[in-house]
Amino acid sequence: MSAREATPRPRHSDAHVTLYRLQACPFCERIARKLEELDIDYHSRFVEPMHGDRNAVKRVVGARTVPAIIDDETGVAMAESGNIADYLDATYGGGD
Amino acid sequence: MDLDFEVVDLPPADHVEDGDEAPGFTRPLVNAEFWEDVALSDLLADAPVLLVFTPMDGAFPSTYIWNELRDRGMDEYGVQVVGVSISTPYEHMTTIEERGIESFTGLFSDPQNDVAEAYGVSHSLDGMAGVSEPRPSVFLLAPDGTVEYAWVADEWPAFPDYDAVEDAVIGL
Repeated sequence: MSAREATPRPRHSDAHVTLYRLQACPFCERIARKLEELDIDYHSRFVEPMHGDRNAVKRVVGARTVPAIIDDETGVAMAESGNIADYLDATYGGGD
Repeated sequence: MDLDFEVVDLPPADHVEDGDEAPGFTRPLVNAEFWEDVALSDLLADAPVLLVFTPMDGAFPSTYIWNELRDRGMDEYGVQVVGVSISTPYEHMTTIEERGIESFTGLFSDPQNDVAEAYGVSHSLDGMAGVSEPRPSVFLLAPDGTVEYAWVADEWPAFPDYDAVEDAVIGL
């Protein structure tokens, strides 16, 4: 399990963050909004509602929960929206 | 199959042909595990693309087409086999599993049918108000985006000449 296990983003994407998300999942929408607030270009990868079918997420962060992110600038791959929000603020929030 | 009536003709289509440049597009591309926005040009940068337009997932022509392409191992010739239909990503995931086409590159989801419009292969369905979908069609695209082979259904239903498709893929 690591960011290196992830399928590369499509070439057209200039993003450096991949967001694994489930359609209409409020925790995922929270992180999408946080990424927009911080003006971070991100690429969305949608997974299935069925928890057991999310092996693409498990390979990257070790769990099948969403949201999860991969940040290529820092090599970080992490799950859990509270942790992700804190990480994004600490890394890209400009200290305020 | 011998029928004692004529299969319904589809009207002439002003579709993309051999030698044309394939119209570019970006849509969610669904694989066995997830979906994400992918541009046709992203795929062409890797290898040739066999772009297969089908009726909506679950319609028997779609089932037959995917079964045949799977049984022929069409992806084993170094071409990326890619579908397009109006079905949602959720339906595409089911189709990929049921048809056993996990080794194909994926299925584009195009509910508005814009991609079929761009390729000139749109089909307005009789008896389903407001619904258009692609007519069955196959385009083999070289890495520079040139259409090397094109087949578009002229009857409803009609199926690709699979041997001709396979020859075109082998010849690329």
